[in-house]
Amino acid sequence: MRAPLSWKAGGLLLGAVFFAAVLLVKPIGVSTQFVIFDGILWDAVSPSVVTESADAKSGYTSTNPYLAKSGGKYAKNVENPLNYSFVFVLALIGGAALSARLRGGVEKAEKTMPAVWRANFGDEPWKRYVAAFLAGFVVLYGARMAGGCTSGHMMSGMMQTAVSGFIFAAGAFAAGIPTALVLFRKES
Amino acid sequence: MSSILLAIVIGGAFGFTLDRVGATNPNFIIRMLNLTNLHLMRTILLAIGTAALLTFGGLLTGLVDPGHLDVKDAYMGVFVGGILLGLGFAVAGYCPGTGLAAAASGRFDAMVFVLGGLAGAFGYMLTYEDVKATGLLDHILGGKATLGTIAGTEYPALLGMSGELIGVVIGIAFIAIAWFLPDRILGGKDSRVAAE
Repeated sequence: MRAPLSWKAGGLLLGAVFFAAVLLVKPIGVSTQFVIFDGILWDAVSPSVVTESADAKSGYTSTNPYLAKSGGKYAKNVENPLNYSFVFVLALIGGAALSARLRGGVEKAEKTMPAVWRANFGDEPWKRYVAAFLAGFVVLYGARMAGGCTSGHMMSGMMQTAVSGFIFAAGAFAAGIPTALVLFRKES
Repeated sequence: MSSILLAIVIGGAFGFTLDRVGATNPNFIIRMLNLTNLHLMRTILLAIGTAALLTFGGLLTGLVDPGHLDVKDAYMGVFVGGILLGLGFAVAGYCPGTGLAAAASGRFDAMVFVLGGLAGAFGYMLTYEDVKATGLLDHILGGKATLGTIAGTEYPALLGMSGELIGVVIGIAFIAIAWFLPDRILGGKDSRVAAE
């Protein structure tokens, strides 16, 4: 197992991307766009969820209090998803796909589960998929409660010396390290 | 229109770089958290340190517009949410950004993680008012606070010192920690990590 870049080259490059984001637009963030995408699907199924409203600051509101909060900021983005933050995440997906393709893609065995999972929990994909789904649920629920995720709080937050970024990182590692120590005892 | 172009360039570079540093490989994230391979930890610390140095250096020289900063609120839910994220992060080896990037690289478990994430975000949308009623979302430590006072911003400061200076010091500290961290903390007999 080896990363394409050393920690020195990779860290400098990643740092340069974070800086470019702040220099040119605003700090990087991802997890809000899960909410926007959910909102787009929800509004497609039931169009009364997000509506125009002259009273709301953004011009939009929602029957869902979370989408309606902060003057309907999220509601507006659900109605008009072609904005910086949403396209940013779409481009993230494209950039990662391009990089993976250029380096020859992911090995077949790795596609269903990482080697360290296989070493500890066996080679049954369904177990890995159930765990990944539940983990995804908990991660995004937590990220929305925290108001940001690894990129928004930990990277962008701490680089701006935001107090919230340090609080978030403390919580994430306080839970993440013991969990990984207990679950993943065998290396390979 | 130019903001969409910037989104494509910066977002694309971010996704590309996440894959290049190994963040789309859950083996690295899990082994960072069980302390057997700190490659990614060193990468992340160096990245935050570099970005902080450039940003606060840029604020001091006037290159960076202070209006571009975006500091998030501090409240108890940030810590609780961080704990929840940390749990899932360790189980899956993915966070929201790297999960999307890993799914794009062709990992099926990451695609399932993203579906779980969409369900989790929806779950939060439905329970937001209940969470709010607990008081977990009430501001602490001044809300949108930074460690020091940053000129040109309205953010309250935790310490009565120059925020730019603290930013530069934090940047250097993160780089130093990245530099001095060992490649692994637990199970040091395994030389394969360094040699591989």
